Amino acid sequence: MNSIVQGVLIGGLYAMFAAGLSLIFGVMRLVNIAHGDLIVLAAYVSLLVTQSLGLDALSSLAIVVPVMAALGYALQRGMLNRTLGDDLLPSLLVTFGLSVIIQNGLLEFFTADSRRLQAGALEVASVPLGALSLGVLPLIQFAASIAIIGALELLFYRTAWGRAFRATADDPTVAQLMGLDTRHVFALAMALSLAVVAVAGIFLAIRTNFDPAIGPARLIFGFEAVIIGGLGSLWGTLAGGIVLGVAQAIGAQLDPGWQVLAGHVAFLLILALRPQGLFPKVQP
Amino acid sequence: MSPVRVVHATPASRVGVAVAMVGLVALTAAPAWVARSDLRLMAEIYSYVVLASLWNVLAGYAGLVSVGQQAYVGFGAYALFALAMLAGVHPLAALPLVGVAAAVVAVPVAALMFRLRGHYFAIGTWVVAEVFRLISAQLSVLGGGSGISLPVSIVIAMAEGRQMREFMIYWISLAMLAAVLGAIVLLLRSRHGLALTAIRDNELAARSSGVDVRQLKLAVYVACAGGTAIMGALIFLQKLRVSPDTAFSINDWTAFVIFITVIGGIGRVEGPIVGTLLFFALRQALTDLGSIYLMTLGAIAILVMLFAPRGLWGLLADRFGWQAFPLARRVQAS
Repeated sequence: MNSIVQGVLIGGLYAMFAAGLSLIFGVMRLVNIAHGDLIVLAAYVSLLVTQSLGLDALSSLAIVVPVMAALGYALQRGMLNRTLGDDLLPSLLVTFGLSVIIQNGLLEFFTADSRRLQAGALEVASVPLGALSLGVLPLIQFAASIAIIGALELLFYRTAWGRAFRATADDPTVAQLMGLDTRHVFALAMALSLAVVAVAGIFLAIRTNFDPAIGPARLIFGFEAVIIGGLGSLWGTLAGGIVLGVAQAIGAQLDPGWQVLAGHVAFLLILALRPQGLFPKVQP
Repeated sequence: MSPVRVVHATPASRVGVAVAMVGLVALTAAPAWVARSDLRLMAEIYSYVVLASLWNVLAGYAGLVSVGQQAYVGFGAYALFALAMLAGVHPLAALPLVGVAAAVVAVPVAALMFRLRGHYFAIGTWVVAEVFRLISAQLSVLGGGSGISLPVSIVIAMAEGRQMREFMIYWISLAMLAAVLGAIVLLLRSRHGLALTAIRDNELAARSSGVDVRQLKLAVYVACAGGTAIMGALIFLQKLRVSPDTAFSINDWTAFVIFITVIGGIGRVEGPIVGTLLFFALRQALTDLGSIYLMTLGAIAILVMLFAPRGLWGLLADRFGWQAFPLARRVQAS
């Protein structure tokens, strides 16, 4: 029981990985292979910030989020916009190259040692809930996931920005004719995606040890959450993340070597039995 | 008799084929004139040409951009070790069996993965590779997570003496290279090749011209899985040791392969050959730099993709009309 609750809570983190991925796919049909490495990059940036400015882990969000968002804007404007189009190969290969560069860059600067972000007393604080004892930190992180997804939903469906995103997603050419600068809209979407990545990176860094090589696995978890949840649905990514987290928790109970494998198996089962995902909005 | 015929060869391709034939003879004789360590390097180069050529057919022609081909390299390696160690099959006799086994495994994998489109297909194949890797780490008879070496008795029984064994692996690698390139050229000259080229250029148009896109993609995926697995088996037969992390390495068997194909020229048969030569030249020059070398490779691949998406061979072919293989189609009155 306890492990299933833990699985649900970590599912929130996976949903955060997935939300950023889903967002840019929704707006510009781009899958960012470097997504996981950017999460790890955010973790290292917050490590630098906490060490050099003496901030605590959660306050470092105030710096890391804008930094990553700016990076996202620049990346999209300077490089990724050139790769968009009918042919999916350029964007895929360019983000793949980016992933290799980030991974090896981190390795060069921070070595392969595994690191962890200290969050002080918060790390061990817990609240009793019936027979269970829940960590305060995982609860904060889960609440943050819900808040982020709720905020993204609001932004998408209630604001002018969101209207621009949706218009561009539907038809970039017509959106441009209506006076939208699609290059700017795409860059904003990537900035938003990396802002979410920043939050995810910090929670990841507090929760577990990290090193430069763990990015690709985070990309895969995020991707699995997107597909399980159903393409195009933000709340679906939360459901997908939770399914993945619980599957991993159950797998880990059976045999520690089965943790990640059980998550993959859950993903493949969903793909076999319900390829459109649990809460689909668009066809896969 | 039809009044016209289709001609494949061009003057450049006649030169290309002649060079390839002479080269093949010279390379077959390489054990006589090359040091043993260089022989090993040459076999490694062949293996990358094969892996990249197969990936090129997948991604460059059939539009199946897989980042999970390490699944089949690793599958091939593990299948070979399992056949040799658990079933007592001679390793060389096991090679074709490995290919067949991988092709059989690839059918249900394709059925699942083809439900994902484009980018998501790419990451899906990566998940499959991860699943294969995690399962291989659970195989305690084959060493589990830490891997296993091929027992000395099997290695000795493979051929008479170490030298002969290395020669044999070299020749088989070369044969594999010739077979894969030959098969690709023949495939592309056939009507299926025409259909594949049509898919490369415009999938929707290909479909509306009556190409059974799904069937063709499935056939290509399965065939490439078989070929990749045999190559993987051969690579690890030379290493004599297999472990989950080396056999299913995304860097070694996918990232490098993609860089090779992109830099050389994706969607062209010559691309992977040119790319491999360039890749090994870069590796010899920069290998001491470690992670900086990999960052450089990543940056080169990005620059090529952004500014010369047809790769080095694409530039040359556009500029000079070069073509090393007889793949053109020109109609001539006969």
